Amino acid sequence: MRKLFLILGWMTLGWIGGQAAESPAGEQSLSVQEIVDRSNLAAYYEGKDGRSHVNMTITDSQGRTRERRFIILRRDDKDGGEQKFYVNFSRPSDVRNTVFMVWKHIGKNDDRWLYLPALDLVKRIAASDKRTSFVGSHFFYEDVSGRNPADDTHELTETTAQYYVLKNTPKNPDEVEFAYYMLWIDKTHFLPIKAEYYDNNKNKYRMVEALEVKTIQGHPTVTQARVTDLKSGGHTVSVFSKIQYDLEIPESIFTERYLRRAPRRWLK
Amino acid sequence: MRKIVFVLCLLFTTAVESHAKDWRDGLPFNLHGFVEGGFGIRTQNDPNQSHDVNYAELRLQLEASKALDWAEFKFRLDLFRDEALHEFNADLREAHVLFTPGDFVDLKIGRQILTWGTGDLVFLNDLFPKDFQSFFIGREESYLKAPSNSVKSSFYFDFFNLDLVWNPLFNSDRFVNGERLSFFNPFLGRKTGEREELSSREPEGILKDSEIHLRAFKNVKGYELALYGYYGFFKNPGGFNLAGEATFPRLAVYGASVRGNVMKGIGNIEIAYYDSLKDQSGTNPLINNSQFRFLAGYAQELATDFNIGLQYYLEHMIHHDRFMQNLPPGAFAQDENRHTLTVRLTQLLLQQNLSLSLFTFYVPSDGDAYLRPIVHYKVSDSWSATVGANIFTGDNQTTFFGQLEDNSNVYARVRYSY
Repeated sequence: MRKLFLILGWMTLGWIGGQAAESPAGEQSLSVQEIVDRSNLAAYYEGKDGRSHVNMTITDSQGRTRERRFIILRRDDKDGGEQKFYVNFSRPSDVRNTVFMVWKHIGKNDDRWLYLPALDLVKRIAASDKRTSFVGSHFFYEDVSGRNPADDTHELTETTAQYYVLKNTPKNPDEVEFAYYMLWIDKTHFLPIKAEYYDNNKNKYRMVEALEVKTIQGHPTVTQARVTDLKSGGHTVSVFSKIQYDLEIPESIFTERYLRRAPRRWLK
Repeated sequence: MRKIVFVLCLLFTTAVESHAKDWRDGLPFNLHGFVEGGFGIRTQNDPNQSHDVNYAELRLQLEASKALDWAEFKFRLDLFRDEALHEFNADLREAHVLFTPGDFVDLKIGRQILTWGTGDLVFLNDLFPKDFQSFFIGREESYLKAPSNSVKSSFYFDFFNLDLVWNPLFNSDRFVNGERLSFFNPFLGRKTGEREELSSREPEGILKDSEIHLRAFKNVKGYELALYGYYGFFKNPGGFNLAGEATFPRLAVYGASVRGNVMKGIGNIEIAYYDSLKDQSGTNPLINNSQFRFLAGYAQELATDFNIGLQYYLEHMIHHDRFMQNLPPGAFAQDENRHTLTVRLTQLLLQQNLSLSLFTFYVPSDGDAYLRPIVHYKVSDSWSATVGANIFTGDNQTTFFGQLEDNSNVYARVRYSY
């Protein structure tokens, strides 16, 4: 479920790099590419598939809270490649049984669908702007379907006792709201533990943090994450529960059939 | 009136809120729904209606569902006090059972809402019933779809999927008939309202007048392809009899659609042939002519939380020359081609809790238009508020939107979801 964590929390761990890691402390010899590769595999491609219950609490700058509760299913077509996601909402009441489905592609726009039960309507959603709030939370759509690591360049700026610290700069700055972001990757399990986003004036305005990591089915997994909007003061906390890997979810679950009728067996 | 509705609404929802946890926990099924107060008023006087208020209601929706190993049951009922018509009313939205008799087949039997096709508020191959009255007076958008009493069988094969919907009884649209909303009555040759409601003669035979809807569909690498078929009747009046009653002549529809990613957005194309089976020659002035329909659409997110959707929609009359030749003296001629452009603009603000949207239908060939501005605010997870307007404008009282000009209205709704 490290992957699920990523789904909802993080983006980016690029696997680009290519340049040898500048190791300020001179204490290791992993290249940037190797760090990003391992982090990407650990975070995105753990297990063949996975399921988690997610409880999001969105808190605005005035302290008012809203809740989003859903179950997310994820299936890899192949490691490091395309993936499919199925998100079934149970709260709040007005979005109950709404389904969001993504076929994540590498190097082209994702396919996204939304099912609205009151209308029995299967809707397509344009996927061009991925840095848009996911269901009103402080997480972005891109956090759900994942940011293509090839969209950023990566630079190892620091190696501490516990973390590799990477600076990630977008190749197309016009397409994103950040100038760059810093990523702290845990050296033991390669999970990203913190990300900080900076604007053009080098002001930090957004932060994503892993609040809790547990080992599930042998996989270190983030079970609580928080996104903070430092400009508005709002934040969203996601709590992941009932996490399971390798359920053998059939590919057919990620089709129109199950948009229109929830696959109860897989939504436990 | 408005005050009463809102006070009632508040009282009721306060009661629901304070007891919600108690009574729901003990239930053997899931219970959800909402309470909604809505109020709408014409922005101008309509000489064919005695009241300016055409939407004033307090509505309770009850949705009960239960999933067993072998089947799922769903029941959704609206109960409402309709103050515009001074009556209590009920609208059973759904009451069906869904089960899977084999791996490759799903059956959904009972009252249900059905939708397919690729248009945004434009329907070519979706011949499931619509509720234009609700849509035009300001009820929530999902009320545009009216329920059907149907057997829906869905088959999932390796090569393609097939939906087969059978309605043993004809379900017409809930069309504009003079009640609440005035319209142009072509038989009388003038606009009519509540005093001269359109009387209609619907096919009523069970089995004999059943409807069949078909869709074969397949997803090819994210591109959704579909073929459609329909055998039934015009869903809203497609003709008149000599007594001046609206009729629903036999209709068959054949069509196709494709939808998928195009550039940075979503593109769709849909076509349909409306075969007016009782007037295939196009010579009977009392029955709608056959039509070819075409839709092309594109939607994209232009900036963060700002979406635009564009559609071009054509209705082409197949035998326009014969239509013109057989037009009774004094009757209003229709053009051979009716071109419609639609634009949907949506801006989300305040962490997506505030939505500003404008949907515009513009029909240059008829010189009329319909604007739907809507402001929706989610006050909390339970409470939401909506204000909006339905603005019809046209040069001519015989065109589709032009005839509705006097019905232009503004409305407000407050909803508590539980």
